[in-house]
Amino acid sequence: MIKNLKYIISILAVAVLVSPAFGLSDAYKNNIYNPGELKPVDSTLKVKVGDKAPDFTLPSLSGERISLSDFRGKKNVVISFIPAAWTPVCSDQWPGYNLARSFFDENDAIMLGITVDNIPTLYAWTNQMGKLWFPVLSDFWPHGAVADIYGVLRTSGVTERALFVIDKEGIIRYAHVADINKRPELGALVMELIKLKGR
Amino acid sequence: MRKVLISFATILLVIMGAFPSFSESVPPSEGGILPKINLPVPQEQAYQQYLGLKGGGTFLIPQIKAKVVIIQIFSMYCPHCQKDASVVNEFFSKLSRDSKLKDTIKLIGIGVGNSDFEIDFFRKQYGIKFPLFSDGDFSIHKILGEVRTPYFIAIKIGKNGTHKVVYSKLGGVGDPDEFLKKVKSF
Repeated sequence: MIKNLKYIISILAVAVLVSPAFGLSDAYKNNIYNPGELKPVDSTLKVKVGDKAPDFTLPSLSGERISLSDFRGKKNVVISFIPAAWTPVCSDQWPGYNLARSFFDENDAIMLGITVDNIPTLYAWTNQMGKLWFPVLSDFWPHGAVADIYGVLRTSGVTERALFVIDKEGIIRYAHVADINKRPELGALVMELIKLKGR
Repeated sequence: MRKVLISFATILLVIMGAFPSFSESVPPSEGGILPKINLPVPQEQAYQQYLGLKGGGTFLIPQIKAKVVIIQIFSMYCPHCQKDASVVNEFFSKLSRDSKLKDTIKLIGIGVGNSDFEIDFFRKQYGIKFPLFSDGDFSIHKILGEVRTPYFIAIKIGKNGTHKVVYSKLGGVGDPDEFLKKVKSF
């Protein structure tokens, strides 16, 4: 009897506790791997607002190598670290930024999307999103080196779901490490971009 | 030990009862009824008029003044929903131009995981004229079985206020004329 009760309780507990919240686009069909609920944050930031953003150079989907310093004096930069390709929340985050290009243009900003996946994986994955207007960079090798410099590399080897806003002088003006299980709200990022205008 | 386990199971059942989103996980099925979804009465008078609602507070979808209500489940972040937006607009435009259908078939959208800001942006980006509602915490999405997007549900409302689900499918509108034909048949 007690054994049966324990079994029932386990099922109920799973039903109550395991309820990842994401709205997945049918664009990905059944190709998304769901890792379930993860520890919200699993790293410690190594940079802070007001710091000079560490420079980096990474290979991009287009074949070019792109450096953060390429945009110095020219564009504000939003870095979007995404944990992993082909996972639920990540797959719907960049298509939103893709649609929201006007907010970036109005605030003289470019986005750099970064994951620790390799280029072929990023190619197949981002093809499902439509044509992205921003560069997608691979921090695959040395694995997660750039994420580690910023302090957003998790112990599992993927990155946090993190956003950094860097102004034209290369100074970090916003650093947000979101709960990995949740997509950061667009309005908050747009407000940070608008703040750059007032500087 | 047995008493403790029974108490714990009771607590879990109470939680599931108090928060139906925890226990609902199946999309609405045709022939069934729509789960209870509370939406805020829109502040805009034009939307209130369209939906046949007054004042503030919340309403249930079958309270909309219509014979058929079509519910689009979408997300600003969903590439297919982005592509489908202009097609849905075309469908709504055809519906609005039809003097017989415009007052009897109503269309609303629910943006799952989208904030008010994101809904407003999506509306402006595509010039959407029908009411959109935000579901920022995915609570409605859970009640509706965490369907992929876009997803369409239609309910038919009876004269006595009862209703039944007459359409529940994953995917976009497709051909607006064909979809309109289908909707007329409900």
